Formats: sequence, C-alpha cells, structure tokens
Amino acid sequence: MSLSRQDIDKIAHLARLALTESEIPAYVENLSRILALVGELERAETNQVEPMAHPLPGQRQRLRADAVTATDQHELYQRNAPQVEAGLYLVPRVIE
Amino acid sequence: MTALHELSVAELSKALRTRGLSSVELTRAFLARIEQHQGKLNAFISILYDTALAEAQRADARLRLGEAGALIGVPLAHKDIFCTQGHKTTCGSRMLADFVSPYDATVVARLRAAGVVTLGKTNMDEFAMGSSNETSYFGPVRNPWDLTRVPGGSSGGSAAAVAARLTPAATATDTGGSIRQPAALCGITGIKPTYGRVSRFGMIAFASSLDQGGLLTRSAEDSALLLSAMAGFDERDSTSVELPVPDYAATLEQPLKGLKIGLLKEFFDDGLDADTAQRIRDALEVLHQQGATLREVSLPHLPLSVPTYYVVAPAECSSNLARYDGVRFGYRCDNPRDLLDLYQRSRGEGFGAEVKRRIMTGTYVLSAGYYDAYYLKAQRVRALISADFERAFHEVDVLIGPTTPTPAFELGAKTSNPVTMYLNDIYTIGANLAGLPAISVPCGLVQGLPVGLQIVGPHFAEPKLLNVAHRYQQETDWHRRAPPGFS
Repeated sequence: MSLSRQDIDKIAHLARLALTESEIPAYVENLSRILALVGELERAETNQVEPMAHPLPGQRQRLRADAVTATDQHELYQRNAPQVEAGLYLVPRVIE
Repeated sequence: MTALHELSVAELSKALRTRGLSSVELTRAFLARIEQHQGKLNAFISILYDTALAEAQRADARLRLGEAGALIGVPLAHKDIFCTQGHKTTCGSRMLADFVSPYDATVVARLRAAGVVTLGKTNMDEFAMGSSNETSYFGPVRNPWDLTRVPGGSSGGSAAAVAARLTPAATATDTGGSIRQPAALCGITGIKPTYGRVSRFGMIAFASSLDQGGLLTRSAEDSALLLSAMAGFDERDSTSVELPVPDYAATLEQPLKGLKIGLLKEFFDDGLDADTAQRIRDALEVLHQQGATLREVSLPHLPLSVPTYYVVAPAECSSNLARYDGVRFGYRCDNPRDLLDLYQRSRGEGFGAEVKRRIMTGTYVLSAGYYDAYYLKAQRVRALISADFERAFHEVDVLIGPTTPTPAFELGAKTSNPVTMYLNDIYTIGANLAGLPAISVPCGLVQGLPVGLQIVGPHFAEPKLLNVAHRYQQETDWHRRAPPGFS
C-alpha cells in the first residue's frame, strides 16, 4: 500500500497537524512503509474471531455513585494554560 | 565497605535502620553521582536537588521515630511520564516542556507515602514512542556500557540511570517493550506487570489498552520490594483491577524444582543474533540445573504481533493525543490566524516526527473506509495472539526467550527507517497485546554489551516471574556487573 502526497495532506488535516513542505516527502515514504508492514495482517484468517479491545477477559466497566467528589481547582489547572483571562481560556475569535 | 551506590534497595533499607546512614547522606551521594554523569548520559530531564533533600529530611525524621516501612528514605527516580505535583512533567516532548503537574500520579503518591525520596525525572522517548530514546525533545540518552550506543527506549533514561548507579531504582512504563527492551540493553532487571496491576492515573497516556507502569531495578528482589508498594487497585483508573497485592518478596526463594518452562519457538528465528541466542541457552541451562523442565512451545500467530501493534497502538495514540490542542495546557504556536491554525500549528510544532508519524498512522487506520480493514482486523488478530498464549499456559508455567534480537545498536543506526526500529520490539510486544506480565533479566554479555532474558507468565503471575528471576540471580552474577567506568 503506497500513499500519495494528497493522502498525507488529507490525513494531516484530519489529525489537525500542520506539516512543513520539507517534512512531507518523509511522511509519504514512511507511512507507506508502515502500511506495508501492517498489510501482513491480511495473512491471518479471522472470519470467526471476535475483535479484542481489552487485554483482560471478563472485565466490566465500573460505575460510581453520581455524587460530587471533585473540588473546583480551575485556578490551579489554568496555570498551565497558554492564555487565560478572567478564568476563561483565550483563543482566536471564532464568531465574527 | 561496598560503596553506597552499589547497595541494593534491600541493603539500603537495612543500612538506613542499623548502620547510622541517613537518607540525607544517601540522597546527597546519589545527587552528586547524577551531576557527575549527567553530561555524558543525559539520563535526566529534571534533577530535583531541593525537594529531594527536603524529602530525605522528612524520611530521616520518620526513621528516628522508628516507623515501619522498608522503603523509607530510599532514593528513586521517576520516568518523566509520571505526573509529579509541583514539578515539570514533560513526557520527553516540546508539547509539555513547561507543563508543571498540579497533581501526583497514583504511582508517585504511593511511593511517596511509602517514604521514597525522588531524585529526579528521567529522560524518555517523546510520549514513550520509540525504542532508542532518540525521539526525546531533550536529546538522546547514551548507553553507559558504550556511549556510542542507545540505551533502548522508551524508558531509556530510567534504564541508563539504574545501570550507571545514579539511582538504586526507577519507575518506567511499557506499551510495547519500553521497560524490558532498555533493561536488556542496559544490563538491568525490568518488570512489566499484568495490564491493570499498576494504576495508570497520572501516567501520561499513549495507548490505553497496552500501557502499564512498572520498574527498572538491578535485581528481581528490588523489583519485588518496590512493586509491593506500587501496585494495587485505584478507583481513579477505570481499568485498574480489584485484586489484592501479594507480598512479592515473600515468594522469591521458592525452589524451581518441577517448574515447566516453555521455550518460545518463534523467538529463536532468523532475526536473532547467534551470540545472543547462546546466552539465552546458557541461562536456560542454569534454570534446568535447578530442576526446571524445558519444552519447546509454538505460538503460531506471534509473528503478527508487530503489525497488530502498529495498528492498535497508533489508533489509541491518535485518540489520546487529540487532547493537546494548544488551548488548555501545553505548547501554543505564535500568532495563530484562527482556531484551526492554532490547533494545527501548535500540534505540528509541539510534536516531534515519530509522534506525528504515529498520530497520522492512527488517524488513517481509524478513518472512514479503513476502520474494518485495519483496526477491526488488528483487534481480531490480537485475539488470536492472546489465545495462543492462553493455550501455551495450559502446558507450561512460564515462557522464556530473548528480550531483544541483538544487543544495543549504535545511535542513529535505525532512525532513517521507522520500520527497522519497530522490529526491535518483535519479542516484547506480544505480552502487551495479551496483557501479560513479563520480566527481563541480564544473562550475559556479547562483545561487552548486555543481553536480556525474557520471562513471560500468565495474568497476575508476577510472584512466579520474580521467583524465577531471583533464583536465576542467586546462581549468576550478571545483574551485579556495572558498566565499565560506573562501578
């Protein structure tokens, strides 16, 4: 499986990654190599096999009581934010 | 008298109680060693001089009060993937280069409560994606056995630091071999517990159905002591397993007579270096001498573990790393034109090449039209690999083989083609896909470079793995060998 320049542009857009012009040829080549590697999976006969999403058998999703357990720490957490004003995260204008 | 940095965790624990050694003295000695060798190895991203000494003083106070607890005052380093409150937690990435964690990971909190002193945060491949520690934003780590070679990855800083005696032990994580492969390449002991055994809370996520926290130590005995304090149920991790934690140190000495060992046929393949294979056979003979029986076991789907992993792990990575958006925390690009530009350039500039490669691979295999062909297919093959292991464990107690196909390779040797790097994890990935515990122990040298023996067990068989590894280490001294220049 070989990918084109257009494929890489599309994947990068879906992943919200800006790539520089000089990076793109390496991604075309290396993603094609990776897809050739994973193409080996076609060899396996899997018609009767259930997909496995969790490595331990018989685990069930735990639920907790619907009660408030966390305290408001937004000031602490926002110390790591690139831009904050009046307790709000600032981003470029979205609605004109 | 043996130098402080040569003592095991068990010996340090004893010396802190009976020999008048203080934790402050011990912590100073290790901080001085870190400073001495950091320029050569680059094993640390942060060295916590001030807080380490403050923690050591508190530990000394606890010791003076006669508090019980084998780990009080013992120094340790954390892989920089574990959140540490009030300290930078970078995950080896430009994206988190200035991130100061507002909370402790459960692993960090538990070890802190047990009284360990945190010396620093160790270098690692960016977001734990790599097998050579060359993808770190903070530069590669060098292997203390040969400074021109890689220490392995992704826990390369933790492995190099333990091997070079800069810390008695370090935490680490393993998604496809990131504890065991660097353990093998640096000549130390590394345990990846069963999936769900150690809490993932505060451990920065890469591939959530594979990620598991564990340890890098010099001996199985030290791993046992630390794992008992680190493991256990955590309600803040939705896949944490509700099972009691055994006292791993209590079963170390059990005799191996009657132990049924399966030799993994698929691991002794064409890709395995002949000298490495011989060291593995020598180690098996040591176990045989102690009464273990050997038989060859075949896991026919195991050769598909690398392709399976390179669908499942990137898929989960692309989803987990979607949170880095340049808005709430982490790197933000300069002068964004609009919101889309902010997302795309913050991520494009904040992530390195390997991380972007995996995000894109994951995005592709999950995208419309490809989901069934790649992602569901890989999950089905994962079930086949897991079933192969389950069948094998009806016949044998543990599976044994090499940890890596070759000893440490040179820096730069595998960076041009990612697939050649991926294939270095060919023997370790199976245990992650099946959620099994596995340990790597040093079993010899090839041209002066360490070789690792891998032991894989059924779910929650950590006591058996540590027992086999410990008995092997009672008969051999490979785990006591220090790299030349670091003894």
